[in-house]
Amino acid sequence: MSSRTGGRVRAPRLPSALGAFVRKELHHIVRDRQTLAILLLMPLVQVLLFGYALRTDVRDLRVAMVDPTPDVLTVRLRNRLESTPRFRVVSTATSTALLEDQFQRRVADVALVLPTSFADGLARGDRTPVLLVTDASDPNSGTTMQSYVRAALADFESDLSAPGRGPVRIQVASRMRYNPTLESANLFVPGLIALVLTLVSALMTAISLSREKEQGTLEVLLVSPLRPWQIIVGKVLPYLALGFAITCLVLLAARVVFAVPLRGSLTLLLAESVLYTIVSLSLGVLVAARTTSQRAAMLGALVGTMMPTALLSGMIFPISSMPGWLRPITNVVPARWFIVIARGIMLKGAGLGILWHETLVLAGMALLLLVAATRSFHARLD
Amino acid sequence: MTVSPDHGHAIEVRGLTRRFGTFTAVDAITFDVAAGEVFGFLGANGAGKTTAIRMLIGLLAPSAGSARVAGFDVSTEAEQVKRNIGYMSQRFSLYEDLTVRENITLYGGIYGLSDGAIAERMASLVERLDLGRDLDTRVKSIPLGWKQKLAFSVAVLHDPKVVFLDEPTGGVDPITRRQFWELIYATAEQGTTVFVTTHYMDEAEYCDRVSIMVDGRIAALGTPAELKARFGGETIDDVFVRLARPGAAA
Amino acid sequence: MTRADPAVTASSLGKRYGDVVALDDVTFDVRVGELFGLIGPDGAGKTSLFRLLTTVQLPDAGSARVLGLDVVKDYRAIRSRIGYMPGRFSLYPDLSVEENLRFFASVFGTTIEAGERLIAPIYSQIAPFADRRAGALSGGMKQKLALCCALVHLPELLLLDEPTTGVDAVSRREFWDLLETLRADGLTIVASTPYMDEAMRCERVALIQHGRILDIADPRTIGARFDRPLLALRSAERLRLLRALRALPDAHSVFPFGDAVHYADARADRDGSTVAAGLQRVLAEQGIRDVQVTPIEPGIEDVFMELMQRAPAATA
Repeated sequence: MSSRTGGRVRAPRLPSALGAFVRKELHHIVRDRQTLAILLLMPLVQVLLFGYALRTDVRDLRVAMVDPTPDVLTVRLRNRLESTPRFRVVSTATSTALLEDQFQRRVADVALVLPTSFADGLARGDRTPVLLVTDASDPNSGTTMQSYVRAALADFESDLSAPGRGPVRIQVASRMRYNPTLESANLFVPGLIALVLTLVSALMTAISLSREKEQGTLEVLLVSPLRPWQIIVGKVLPYLALGFAITCLVLLAARVVFAVPLRGSLTLLLAESVLYTIVSLSLGVLVAARTTSQRAAMLGALVGTMMPTALLSGMIFPISSMPGWLRPITNVVPARWFIVIARGIMLKGAGLGILWHETLVLAGMALLLLVAATRSFHARLD
Repeated sequence: MTVSPDHGHAIEVRGLTRRFGTFTAVDAITFDVAAGEVFGFLGANGAGKTTAIRMLIGLLAPSAGSARVAGFDVSTEAEQVKRNIGYMSQRFSLYEDLTVRENITLYGGIYGLSDGAIAERMASLVERLDLGRDLDTRVKSIPLGWKQKLAFSVAVLHDPKVVFLDEPTGGVDPITRRQFWELIYATAEQGTTVFVTTHYMDEAEYCDRVSIMVDGRIAALGTPAELKARFGGETIDDVFVRLARPGAAA
Repeated sequence: MTRADPAVTASSLGKRYGDVVALDDVTFDVRVGELFGLIGPDGAGKTSLFRLLTTVQLPDAGSARVLGLDVVKDYRAIRSRIGYMPGRFSLYPDLSVEENLRFFASVFGTTIEAGERLIAPIYSQIAPFADRRAGALSGGMKQKLALCCALVHLPELLLLDEPTTGVDAVSRREFWDLLETLRADGLTIVASTPYMDEAMRCERVALIQHGRILDIADPRTIGARFDRPLLALRSAERLRLLRALRALPDAHSVFPFGDAVHYADARADRDGSTVAAGLQRVLAEQGIRDVQVTPIEPGIEDVFMELMQRAPAATA
């Protein structure tokens, strides 16, 4: 009987077996049109929703100035604000008495309250306090407005700090009216990337792997000479690619729709996204290994990965405002670290030199979870 | 076989046809089934069996022709048809995550039996199938053979005039299978007509009469003995293969 | 391994899932080039046995060798040399016929072309549908495709778990014809089925129930295991006939059997025609007319039921 096989060793040659596996997986992905459409459209819709919801028309910020002791310097500050298209000074008063009324009648968006003898303080080089009051009842614009005024004040500060003179320091105290816990608009996009990557990687891998279990095809694969890790890699690679494509899509959309900045390196951001995707994929495999039905795998992935990503990563609720006992727990949520990294790269232009700590944590998680996922996936059914 | 002409026909099918687009799944079939008869409805995959049954149980409207089941017209009186028939399919009939008692109560309720009637029938069922100890067991953990007997009993819980069994006895051991058929005979003896479809031709030999569907038409109809004599086969399986794939018969 | 060694050897195999005993002291072997049948109802342990032989699960007791290799230690080597078709439809419904085949070929590090010699006769039957999605095939076609996928890497042993379940009678026949062709070609095949009529296609069968092997025999001569007079009775009043026969003091077993009733007499030494004459008289006295009584040779199903009744009750 050995004439049939001629004693040929038939361990699968990795590249071809893996290539076939990846091709098969891509077929599954592409042929499930509905799911694919949802996967591709959902991030776009989210970007659009967030984008438009967050768009604030900062061209015409109405500023109410309160200047108890007007002098040359305060007039200069006022002119400076007026000179940009962004600001329109709607009133100048010597007391704050009218402010409440102005906010309620919605004739002012921001109030800039200068202290008495503002100019004297600046001249002495003291930290000179100013108060910034914002109408944040429109939840989108509060922070944005504040940051623009802050930026204008900072410019003004540096104008005055001519070389050879002591530094001029304006200390801005801000107060948000009506909605004090706002997060900044741009902070949303990194969170969105994390959410979408988690969805594509963890949820979709968990579902597709448990589908093979339900279908009975996994049994055939197990009986084949493929090793468990080969099956996992074959499963995971296409979703890694899909996740990568979607990340690019979100970044592009975010930039086009509402000009989210990318101040740091795109390559670094994409590399970190891949790292995060690996973490999520491993979580998906772990979930699938521990569940027996598609339904259970889906719920497991939702509760185990999507919920922490949305709620405990700092994407929606700032970690700093969480109760003390909850904060340490957020450290095990991979998205928490990824969001810090992505925000750092996109908004602050930070490089690996600054973000190495978070990257290391993420890499550690990736390694740990990959090993755990491969281990959980036995060569046998029991 | 206890066919009494006085009872008339439990099922009367006249030129029943169903088309899907240009494809004719059921092509003008005509036959009668007597009250109390055990009637086997055979056919290869795709021969039109399922479509025909769906029309007979009022789930699918005929394109042409007519059928009366339990005295009601399937096109115009589908609701009365449904009330007077029982249905058991291989894929689904009992809820696996409910107990035996809960399943019986559920189906009794669905067919509008009073609480008293449900209790009474549950008691007789328990006795007949020897289910006493398992009444509060979830259906998924009772043996397959009992599950099938139970599913059948639940399908005839409301004393339907006709009961449709769609591939009822897959995979059970030979003794359980015979117990199942004895259950069917006992039901037929009470006057209930039993309409069975199956892939397994040895099952067909248990029926009073069988029909064999090929490509949407009824290619043969008669008692198993008649068919074997007419088509010259030792078993219904031989007859079936000869009819369903003339070229393939050895 | 030499030609004389069996293709499969199972020694006292045992497997349990929690409290449920799936296999209990299962011992048998399959000769090289044999078409071996595992006959038993659902839940008898057939699938568990396949899972141990395909090395997907580990035995709790006993040992097994497949192609001379140990199922626990040498599982990798075994996996590349066997072809396996699990009971459920185990193809990708969203891939085409050809894509499925190509995929399973590459999983085993081979190509469709390399498997040609073994799969060509089967594949030619499904080739017209090469571009169709596997999910849209008829039951018989699906089974043929699954068989191709299990054969594409030219295995030395083919393991088929209920390959014909849910398939119509014509396709079942064709499928068994294919298996016989493969066996004639020298392939060793182990196939399971809950249907007794398929047993006749095998050279030897193991009858299995409640995780235990009741008997192993040639299906053509297994009737000899039945050591009582057996008679087939036919009457228009089938149910009455059954009840009357059961009430007889010498009835050993009474079962409906197609359009007849099979009656085995408790008096093992009696001659069939003597018993027949006796029955005819008694039934006539009870007013059951026109009964035909014929002594018959027991078939595999008669033997299976007899063995089932003899075996101790379910282990669960």
